[in-house]
Amino acid sequence: MIHFVLLISRQGKVRLTKWYSPYTQKERTKVLRELSGVILTRGPKLCNFVEWRGYKVVYKRYASLYFCMCIDEEDNELEILEIIHHYVEILDRYFGSVCELDLIFNFHKAYYILDELLIAGELQESSKKTVARLIAAQDSLVEAAKEQRSSISNIIAQATK
Amino acid sequence: MEQLKTIGRELAMGSQGGFGQSKEFLDLVKSIGETRSKAEEDRIVLHEIETLKRRITDPDIPKRKMKEYIIRLVYIEMLGHDASFGYIHAVKMTHDDSLLLKRTGYLAVTLFLNEDHDLIILIVNTIQKDLRSDNYLVVCAALNAVCRLINEETIPAVLPQVVELLGHSKEAVRKKAIMALHRFYQKSSSVSHLVPNFRKKLCDNDPGVMGATLCPLFDLITIDANSYKDLVVSFVTILKQVAERRLPKSYDYHQMPAPFIQIRLLKILALLGGGDKQASEKMYTVVSDIFRKCDSSSNIGNAVLYECICCVSSIYPNPKLLETAAEVISKFLKSGSHNLKYMGIDALGRLIKISPDIAEQHQLAVIDCLEDPDDTLKRKTFELLYKMTKSSNVEVIVDRMIDYMISINDSHYKTYIASRCVELAEQFAPSNHWFIQTMNKVFEYAGDLVNVKVAHNLMRLIAEGFGEEDDAADSQLRSSAVESYLRIIGEPKLPSLFLQVICWVLGEYGTADGKYSASYITGKLCDVAEAYSDDETVKAYAVTAFMKVYASEIAAGRKVDMLHECQSLVEELSASHSTDLQQRAYELQAVISLDKHAVENILPSDASCEDIEVDKNLLLLDNYVQQSLENGAQPYIPESEHSGLSNISNFRSQDQHEASIHGLRFEAYELPKPPVPPRIHAASLEPSTELVPVSEPSYSRDTHQVETAASISDMGSSELKLRLDGVQKKWGRPVYSSSSPSTSNSTTPNTVNGVTQVDGAVNVNSKTRSTRDSRKPQVEISPEKQKLAASLFGGSSQIDKRATSANHKVTKAGIHAPEKAQAPKAAVVSNQVTVEKTNHQPSPDLLDLGEPTVASTTPSVDPFKQLEGLLDPTQISVTANHGAVGTTESPDIIGLYGNASASGQSSSSEISLTTNRDDVNFTVGLVDATVSTAHAGTTLPTQFPKGLNPRDSLEKDALVRHMGVTPSSQNPNLFRDLLG
Repeated sequence: MIHFVLLISRQGKVRLTKWYSPYTQKERTKVLRELSGVILTRGPKLCNFVEWRGYKVVYKRYASLYFCMCIDEEDNELEILEIIHHYVEILDRYFGSVCELDLIFNFHKAYYILDELLIAGELQESSKKTVARLIAAQDSLVEAAKEQRSSISNIIAQATK
Repeated sequence: MEQLKTIGRELAMGSQGGFGQSKEFLDLVKSIGETRSKAEEDRIVLHEIETLKRRITDPDIPKRKMKEYIIRLVYIEMLGHDASFGYIHAVKMTHDDSLLLKRTGYLAVTLFLNEDHDLIILIVNTIQKDLRSDNYLVVCAALNAVCRLINEETIPAVLPQVVELLGHSKEAVRKKAIMALHRFYQKSSSVSHLVPNFRKKLCDNDPGVMGATLCPLFDLITIDANSYKDLVVSFVTILKQVAERRLPKSYDYHQMPAPFIQIRLLKILALLGGGDKQASEKMYTVVSDIFRKCDSSSNIGNAVLYECICCVSSIYPNPKLLETAAEVISKFLKSGSHNLKYMGIDALGRLIKISPDIAEQHQLAVIDCLEDPDDTLKRKTFELLYKMTKSSNVEVIVDRMIDYMISINDSHYKTYIASRCVELAEQFAPSNHWFIQTMNKVFEYAGDLVNVKVAHNLMRLIAEGFGEEDDAADSQLRSSAVESYLRIIGEPKLPSLFLQVICWVLGEYGTADGKYSASYITGKLCDVAEAYSDDETVKAYAVTAFMKVYASEIAAGRKVDMLHECQSLVEELSASHSTDLQQRAYELQAVISLDKHAVENILPSDASCEDIEVDKNLLLLDNYVQQSLENGAQPYIPESEHSGLSNISNFRSQDQHEASIHGLRFEAYELPKPPVPPRIHAASLEPSTELVPVSEPSYSRDTHQVETAASISDMGSSELKLRLDGVQKKWGRPVYSSSSPSTSNSTTPNTVNGVTQVDGAVNVNSKTRSTRDSRKPQVEISPEKQKLAASLFGGSSQIDKRATSANHKVTKAGIHAPEKAQAPKAAVVSNQVTVEKTNHQPSPDLLDLGEPTVASTTPSVDPFKQLEGLLDPTQISVTANHGAVGTTESPDIIGLYGNASASGQSSSSEISLTTNRDDVNFTVGLVDATVSTAHAGTTLPTQFPKGLNPRDSLEKDALVRHMGVTPSSQNPNLFRDLLG
């Protein structure tokens, strides 16, 4: 099971956190501090796993962003590495060559996508297409709402002229 | 009219700042991005919290604005601040009819609330309603929340609906419903009647639903594999179909057919096939198929291969599959990637349980990993070594572990590895002397982290010796322990637990062999007590040790000359705040003033192993009590039976009660039958009165409570001498309390092999080790490694062979040599050396190998280099592959790292501060453009452009530029495509 997902920038700034196991706010801060200390200082050629408090943290660096997932002792690290990559690929498709800035300003969208990929700390969907379809369906609702709104605002604008 | 105007303005607000969010929010994100210190960031966030607190309570905020506030709250919470003031608004938002707002509400509550939060009860109703919605997206949003928020109490409220949703027409809903049920199952046992649903959903025609069903099934099978044996065939069939690419193409991942589903199935098969030959036989074909089909050049292929190895190592062994698994492992270990090496070491650890000889082929690779600078890899390798420890290689392995333990700071892992060392030492120790040396090191460097039990085991070992009737060896062991402790005692900052052991041993055996005088030992103990003056337990141990040393002096008929500093220490302690210390000091003074005969009775020398009979009913006091009663004394009324007690004594009895709950039963005083008035202690004139403990239920520290308990129970024995004995026995308690670890010594193969040999081995060991250590710096690396390899792997097999058939040694080794031809030559050389050595030495010690191997250094250098040469090409190819897959390791990105580091810590200063309020007009003028880009940004993804889309990036670039973020500034990394 995945206990939490963290996105940390190279400077140690938090870009996204998702906790699947219960942690208090205090514990969260501590985990973030501890792990960013460990992970950000690791050399580039070392392995992408860190053993930490009886768990394992799998991380991968994309440009200046670190994607980290904390898993149980008996989980398959290489698989988690690929789940991270899977997520990044989906983000990439969604944002169209995703960069850190996209995630900074659209972190809630990154959350929505993550929610379609993982649920309760397990991988729920391994097909990129299915995830993409669901997100698109949700976004089309947003679009519809926007159009409706702009037409209303036009009417108001005309009426108040 | 006015109202309509505001609505219009609000509607326009939403798209003002680009990225579909308001300018205000983007400014916040930007300003936080610009901060250079945590303090600055905190200041901004606190200001933002103030703003939000003020605004969010406004009764008529437009919903759209509210949505943005909620997202801002999420942002604050993500940065580690408390946004709990806004939780209720997030909950309210989930009630909204619009899916847009509802979705935001659900996202926020799932991020904010843990399942035990009070507000959840307010959401349950909404969730119930939403689960019934016609819109499947609403249902999905609700199910997401269900997985995170529903706890054991609220499960019944949503359970029927979730079960119903298993039959929903949309696969996304079915899938989430399965995951929700899985979550329920994890949380509560009340849903176990739903287990058949999981079985049914395994046959769902959507692969996504089927894949999701594997999660709960895996959990169920972990708990009880036997009830699911009938599914073996189904799982095998599914796995076969997946491997044959029968699933839709969209489940392919990097040219592998549905690898995540394959991995899950393999995990399940591993559980089902464990120890079940019949079930395992059904799996052999499909597993070997997957082995064959897996692409070992991609990371995901290796993930599946690794899972295959795990499966093979846990199902009923099949030689052919094991062979394939071993091949894959050697590929992993030879790879240049640290990840694969790590997995290889892990896999080796799994396989080694079934076929122990496979480690031998990889000895050099394992040693490379052990010496790798990467801590993760190193720890994994220690894990492997732990699994393959035998009595023959325990010394090398534990030495290595201790060296590593000394070098790290991480206390979690230090504790872990210290306990591993202790465990291995207790299980496989070749000699007691070595055991003590090892324990000393563990205590010295990780003393505060090891279990107290370990210290007691060590004391018992020293007290009991070999467990055989060999007194000479026992006393030799003790005097060597004493010597080593006297050496160590001067070191600064020893852990408390270790000092306790030292004090105990010095007290018991410090003067036993006559080598050291009583004043020397007590002087040392005195130094300890003074150096660690704030550690009461150590002081207590030291005082008791004084008493024992002086007692043995008196018993031997020598005059006791208390050192001046001891005297002042004892005087100081007799006025100590700690009643325990005080008591000990008085006891000491009392004992010293006694004559030889009394002392011999009170503290017989070397009696820590004798059993003590404990008379719990204190029958010995009956006469005395009777007498007192006849003389007109008040009968004793137990405290609990006192009526009209003051508050304080109520407290005390409560305390006492609590203490008894915690396992410390002061039975002697709880029983109402034999009344002992507490007053008699003061009246009594016996010299041992100080010893009879005044009941002190309010002792705060556990150790003290134990001690009191001990002396109370000791008091029960029938003779006077035993009362005082108790003082000594406190420290000896573990000696007779249980019978576990040190006895394991006699069961190790070593003692079986050569009982008489042990004595000699002690000296040989220490000698060879010291020569080896002194030689270390001059010897080249490769012989060093060979030596290590020989002692870890080669040597072990030799010893085993010797155990089974001592006569066939040479021939057997001869047969083995060609077998190892594919293994590195160097290892063979060292192995042969081992053979030679074992030939003319009946009791080969591993460390004896040192000298001959050194002699053979020169020929072994070449093969090692060859080996390295062989490794190189694979390394290159692997990294090349990585590049092809598209990971970050590609060279241009590494160049960027350099760039970033050049810009130093000025992290996100690229976002310039140009956007001020005056710019608003300008920005508003650009609204249209922004809207269009925002549209483009959201509509484009529906077409899913593959790879880099130039138009897209241009638009993004334009957007961020007019927000004041320029790619040309110091941190271009923010603009770098994550996928390179």
